[in-house]
Amino acid sequence: MNTKHTIAILVNDQPGVLQRVSGLFGRRGFNIESITVGASEEPGLSRMVIVTTGDDHTLEQIQKQLYKIIDVIKVIDIGSSPMVGRELGLIKVNAEPSARPEILGVVETFRAAVVDIGPNSLIVQVVGDSDKIDAMIELMKPYGIRELSRTGVTAMIRGAR
Amino acid sequence: MSAQSATLKSKEELIEKWSKPEVISGSEMLLRSLLLEGVDCVFGYPGGAVLYIYDAMYGFEDFNHLLTRHEQGAIHAADGYARSTGKVGVCIATSGPGATNLVTGIATAYMDSVPLVVITGNVATGLIGTDAFQEADIVGITMPITKHSYMVRDAKELPRVIHEAFHIANTGRKGPVLIDIPKDVSAAKALFQPVTEVNLRGYHPTVNPNRNQVDKMIRAIEKAERPVLLVGGGAIYSGAHEELHEFVTKTQIPVTTTLLGLGALPTGHELHMGFPGMHGTWTANTAIQNADLLINIGARFDDRVTGKLQGFAPNAKVVHIDIDPAEIGKNVPTDIPIVGDVKTVLQLANTLAKRADQADAWRAQIQEWKASKPFKFQDSDTELKPQWVVSLIHETTNGDAIVTTDVGQHQMWAAQYYPFNKPRSLVTSGGLGTMGFGFPSAIGAQMGNPDRTVVSINGDGGMQMCAQELAICAIHNIPVKVVILNNQVLGMVRQWQELIYDNRYSHIDLAGSPDFVKLGEAYGVKSFRATNKEEAREVWEAALRHPGPALVEFVVRKGENVYPMVPQGSTIDQMLMGDSE
Repeated sequence: MNTKHTIAILVNDQPGVLQRVSGLFGRRGFNIESITVGASEEPGLSRMVIVTTGDDHTLEQIQKQLYKIIDVIKVIDIGSSPMVGRELGLIKVNAEPSARPEILGVVETFRAAVVDIGPNSLIVQVVGDSDKIDAMIELMKPYGIRELSRTGVTAMIRGAR
Repeated sequence: MSAQSATLKSKEELIEKWSKPEVISGSEMLLRSLLLEGVDCVFGYPGGAVLYIYDAMYGFEDFNHLLTRHEQGAIHAADGYARSTGKVGVCIATSGPGATNLVTGIATAYMDSVPLVVITGNVATGLIGTDAFQEADIVGITMPITKHSYMVRDAKELPRVIHEAFHIANTGRKGPVLIDIPKDVSAAKALFQPVTEVNLRGYHPTVNPNRNQVDKMIRAIEKAERPVLLVGGGAIYSGAHEELHEFVTKTQIPVTTTLLGLGALPTGHELHMGFPGMHGTWTANTAIQNADLLINIGARFDDRVTGKLQGFAPNAKVVHIDIDPAEIGKNVPTDIPIVGDVKTVLQLANTLAKRADQADAWRAQIQEWKASKPFKFQDSDTELKPQWVVSLIHETTNGDAIVTTDVGQHQMWAAQYYPFNKPRSLVTSGGLGTMGFGFPSAIGAQMGNPDRTVVSINGDGGMQMCAQELAICAIHNIPVKVVILNNQVLGMVRQWQELIYDNRYSHIDLAGSPDFVKLGEAYGVKSFRATNKEEAREVWEAALRHPGPALVEFVVRKGENVYPMVPQGSTIDQMLMGDSE
């Protein structure tokens, strides 16, 4: 059965390491729904978070194949533990002055923020799990979305571990 | 004795000389580091981006380099050297086209887990990314077909990178490692300090198996009524042939070895059933399909072995021993996974293993199958049959040669009719199936094994993909015996077109190929032709007696097919038996 998996990969911060990881997904036919990369808690190491879909066999293969990359230090199936997954979305939405109060109402309810105001548009910033971003996008659609940008999910296991 | 200690001393002196910390160029660091890794022969081809490296070789007598006539020849030679010796093969090429000409060879080595260190030059760091003359992103191009790769941006890194590359190439699941060196890095001077330690946080191959898993395997053997060992190249690569022999002697389990596993157990061993798969023995395939326990030792369940996966070994409990955890469960669901080095696993297993006592009837059955279904072909008195020629080669070399093959029908006949008795004696491109591999790999095998007879068996198609390396054999008097089984056609493609594409023979006619005898002579290689059995024996024996390289063209029957054959998409017990039916 195909389900969504969130994997964190600790990698050496080396040129080409993103290509090694994404290339592996590409050539072995693994799917990437989103990928985020950035610094980790340790200098010299980066953390990637990849959201992928596949059955258990695929997930196992992904982890094993990732470990074969010399620059991969650790692979963690975050989704198998209680986790926090967060994404940031920026939505540039049509907003004539007359429509703004309504939009601001939605923004407030979502605990989102307006980060830019143009003559007839707003940029809304929303942070949360992917469902929350999806919901926000749905609510903004009636006003007319001009531009949409999502960061993809970054995630951590809850608690001390 | 005194002579030996004199050589030993001089070796030590050499090592001291090479390891001396001093300010030298990146190129000299490269050469010294290679020597310190024990490299005794490098195959390569110079060009603009490696001029500093070749300049450093000038007058450097300790460094042995063989100039091939094409980069592809260089890397296949390095591959043949590595497969036949177990040491890391090394080749050097320049940037751009030099590097891209290595790609097929890198993929060949990657698929068959062959340890290579591949050195390429690149344009100077300041020019990288500008589409400079002879620039190619070889690190990017080869990422999917290397175990690891490096782009060296500072000469100071070279000793560490080279040491790591050799370590990665020849440990764990072996494979090719590429080192790309920009021209300014090979020119730059820095203090050379040899590196002898490796610190790779992300690389710790599992060598020692989990004891519980090995116990489970031992219990499964005790219960099994129809056990089979499927042994792959991993058994040879880990140097486990003696441990395997002991394991087989103790458990008395019938064995099949894959193409790359041939030689891990002497083919004549009474429990050896031959190789399995598409052109394997009836007995091996039938045994796998009827097995209740299948123990895979260092093989990767390649599709040429398994045939249709649904229906492969349908009744077997599967044990899989592999150093690469990603191979376990990749193609075939596994009941008892054992991650570890084959040699180490078998050493442990041998302390526990007992005879498979429930399998007496099975062993008797296998002997009956072996006797009734050997490889067979219809011999002829008017035409030369390729199978007969391979048998002749086997007989006249006492089964003791290193045989390299190209890819196609002759490859399968070599595997079928040359029973291998020793590991590292068959050098063949199994995974990638690279035509053009057979002949240059023999040059490397001969360089690594100067005292053994090396026979390269080729078809008339593949021979023409790397024939230019005949020059190297002649110039350096490398005594490879080059066999061409000339059927004037791309035989394996012809066979598929006959059997699967209704005799629609499309673009397989090789008529108009050069006169191979003249071709060999043109390069200065003693060459012969045989068209019947009498000539064949005479000229082949003359070729073997000849102290230098020799080429023998055997004109063989055009329409000969390889049997048994499992058509693609069938289970391996669905064999076409052809002549042998």
